[in-house]
Amino acid sequence: MEYFLKLFLSGTAKGSIYALIALGYTMVYGIIQLINFAHGEIYMIGGFTALILGGFFFSNSMPVWLVLLFSVLLSIIYASAFGYTIEKIAYRPLRGKPRLSALISAIGVSIVLQNFVLLAQTEKFMPFPSYLPEFSWLQPYKEYINSTQLIILGVTAIIMVFLTLLIKFTRIGKAMRATAQDMHMAQLVGVDVNQVISVTFIIGSSLAAIGGVLICSYMGQINYYIGFVAGIKAFVAAVLGGIGSIPGAVLGSFILGWTESLGTGYISSDYEDAFAFVILIVILLIKPDGILGRTQRQKV
Amino acid sequence: MKSRSLLADIGKSFLIAIWFMVLLFPLMVMKVNVSKGVAQVQFRWNMLPLVGIAAFVLSLLWRFALEWNEKRGNDSRAGGPLAKLKALTSQYLGIAVVRKGALFILLAFALAYPFLFGMYHTNVMITAFIYIILALGLNIVVGLGGLLNLGYAAFFGVGAYTYGLLWKYVGHSFIAAGIDPGWLFWISLPLAGIIATLFGILLSLPVLRLRGDYLAIITLAFGEIFRMVMQNSGDITGGATGISLIPRPWLFNIKLTPQKAATYIYFIAIVLVLITIFVVRRIEDSKVGRALEAMREDEIACQAMGINLVRNKLITFALGAFWAGIAGVVMAAQTTYINPDSFTLWESIIILMAVVIGGTGSIPGAIGGAILLKLLPEYFRALAQYRMLIYGIAMILVIIFKPDGLIPRKRKQYTFKEKELAK
Amino acid sequence: MSTQQLQSKQSILEIENLSMAFGGLRAIDGVSMHIDEGEIAALIGPNGAGKTTIFNCITGVYKPTEGTVSIRNKNGQIEHIHGLKPDIINHKGLARTFQNIRLFNNMTVLENVMIGRHNSLKAGIFKAIVRDSSTKEEEQRVIEESYLILKKLKLDMYINETAGNLPYGEQRRLEIARALATDPFLLLLDEPVAGMNAQETKELEETINIIRDQEHITILLIEHDMSLVMNVSERIYVLDYGRLIAEGTPHEIKRNPDVIKAYLGE
Repeated sequence: MEYFLKLFLSGTAKGSIYALIALGYTMVYGIIQLINFAHGEIYMIGGFTALILGGFFFSNSMPVWLVLLFSVLLSIIYASAFGYTIEKIAYRPLRGKPRLSALISAIGVSIVLQNFVLLAQTEKFMPFPSYLPEFSWLQPYKEYINSTQLIILGVTAIIMVFLTLLIKFTRIGKAMRATAQDMHMAQLVGVDVNQVISVTFIIGSSLAAIGGVLICSYMGQINYYIGFVAGIKAFVAAVLGGIGSIPGAVLGSFILGWTESLGTGYISSDYEDAFAFVILIVILLIKPDGILGRTQRQKV
Repeated sequence: MKSRSLLADIGKSFLIAIWFMVLLFPLMVMKVNVSKGVAQVQFRWNMLPLVGIAAFVLSLLWRFALEWNEKRGNDSRAGGPLAKLKALTSQYLGIAVVRKGALFILLAFALAYPFLFGMYHTNVMITAFIYIILALGLNIVVGLGGLLNLGYAAFFGVGAYTYGLLWKYVGHSFIAAGIDPGWLFWISLPLAGIIATLFGILLSLPVLRLRGDYLAIITLAFGEIFRMVMQNSGDITGGATGISLIPRPWLFNIKLTPQKAATYIYFIAIVLVLITIFVVRRIEDSKVGRALEAMREDEIACQAMGINLVRNKLITFALGAFWAGIAGVVMAAQTTYINPDSFTLWESIIILMAVVIGGTGSIPGAIGGAILLKLLPEYFRALAQYRMLIYGIAMILVIIFKPDGLIPRKRKQYTFKEKELAK
Repeated sequence: MSTQQLQSKQSILEIENLSMAFGGLRAIDGVSMHIDEGEIAALIGPNGAGKTTIFNCITGVYKPTEGTVSIRNKNGQIEHIHGLKPDIINHKGLARTFQNIRLFNNMTVLENVMIGRHNSLKAGIFKAIVRDSSTKEEEQRVIEESYLILKKLKLDMYINETAGNLPYGEQRRLEIARALATDPFLLLLDEPVAGMNAQETKELEETINIIRDQEHITILLIEHDMSLVMNVSERIYVLDYGRLIAEGTPHEIKRNPDVIKAYLGE
């Protein structure tokens, strides 16, 4: 039972990590039906930016909490700028073209970003110093959950609430829903579709950056490749929950996290990455619209 | 658009240059190094003007290219110097004698190649041939069928492992019986094609209902699972270390030096490439090929024309997988060593890049793409580390500006004479 | 009216109590209609009335929630076709065009029609690779047949043109040619003259008559162009909010108060 609890909690932490990335995935897919392969790279760039800037601030003897604040804020800004730029360069010219074109372009962007970071920085794994606070009251339970995990869990919860409110109650949220439903109609009734899509990429990328910083702090390392696998897993989580649905992305992420950690704990750790793919295959075969997704009907 | 001044363009590009200088500052100018748990940051200020100038120039070019792209969309017959050159070459190639002569010279060169150049170059060319077969196979799936397969390397792996496992488990009994184990190559070649085809059908059965992008991601999943299974079932497949000492193909019991063996495999590969081209061309120009293309163009209309989509998709995956299986056997014979690392997602993506850059749906395109992507890094060693970066950029540019690829498909033209109507 | 249509008043398509619901929305609700052999019938109604949905139910794109669709097949037997796949329904002799043109845009005009002839070809993959004489003959036959269909629809000057580059009116005609190539006995045209000018509409009207009179193909069309509908059709069904509100000859429909109300509002 104790073993199970341990696995369950580590699965929960994992799930909340996936959720941070999956939320961005699901938002972009919900609006322009694009599997944004580069989303994982944005998350990696968020992590790298935090590492670089944090390192710079820290070596200039800034207090730790300021280092944390600045590096997180700046990495969010930079990741959003990347997301915004990528959409403008690589996706916008392909709008209205066959859907696979944009998908191929996204694969291209993902490769370019990975190799860009590899060439501009390093191919090695870099240790990632954690600037996150340690909660002393959590000390007795540290076998089950540590401070970083708790922070990740909390941040995920806050972001999910924030996003749900944003989409339900704000003007831009309404415009997003309209665009998701019918881009053409939205444009006709005066929604600035380009702006909506840009904002979607900016929000999605910010979330990825937050995820990047938190996860790298948790894992304690980073390299140019971490985004790809995480990105695909987050995508699996988003599909599992029902792509386009915010609570779906979070639910899917937790299910994936639990499956992975229970699977590695009880079955075999050799296949840790395979669980996600098996889940993906099963869900697409049984219920392609995901747990909380709605059925999409093609217009004839 | 005409009234827009050059000055405004320059101003805009200037702003874009600044945007990129800021955007890329942390990653390009700063370089992080962590020692003893402390991150050290180094500044490479010389990068900053470089980024600025590059962004300025590229943004200007980009805007012109986009405009050109739009104009071309409106008037598809716009002819530049490039179009004229193309017209000229196609005019000459239209003359049968010239075309046959060119083909003859090309073939003669290809046959003389291993004798003119050394073993190294022969091996490089074999790899290129293997990629041509792979690209032609994937071209059936992506180019004709319009189904994005991101797990294609798995079929390549199925082919290679067919030969590898056959060697590992049957090889010693061949040797014991006094039969040259090189025979296994010739047994594996058709067998691998069949097994890969079966895998293709098996894989496509569950994914038939899925839309294009989901299909792409699920093939990716299948590909990765294949690799993980090969990696983790060490008892059977040799795991991460793979299978080694795979025999060279049998040739009348002659013991071949590595040099001679390479030449031999070179010729086997060239014959297989020719067979692939022949078969793929025939398929493309047949009822089957047309049905695949119709599916790519519009699934609903295709079905309304009485074409069975399920069957069509099965055919697509099966045909594509077959060639990958064949290529896999050649690869195993050439390197005499296989392990799961040769069949990663990146392998699938490089083959996809060859198809997309060369020309989706175009046989010469797939060939050209495969040669380009495999030979360039070999002969421009300095560029080797930028390889994936350049390919990635090239793929994005092609998809945006030249979706048909560098060598687009030429569609068959028909002519009718009045007398035919008499029937 | 052609003569053979008068002597054989047999219904060729029968729809009974057809309903189609998307979630809670009933797009069509208990529609019954029938088309006689050799007839040109029209299905009209305001936008969103469910006309295309009926087409989709007949041709197998959707599985109707309730009701039956049956045809008198080529052997004269009655058979149900609802719930079958679109390609099977096409084999049974129903062909259609689409409201928002769905051509194989990157293929040539001739190839588009050749796809329609697909099922008249027997050769499989192996024969395609070997390309024996029977395959070659078959291929040549299909090319010629396709050409003749294009000629009939006055598209023969475009054979090598990419379908997507054709002018709009020609694209609509090509869709009809492609549908005809599947050898149907019933042709369903979804807004065949939408976006055409008066001259093109007139020509298409002739084409529709020719298809019926010379090829003996029954036609059901959806159209908003009332002059075409009134000129060409012998029977008209009027649909509003998913329900059938009227049925009759053009003369009767013109005078039907329900129809006038549906179109003009109250």
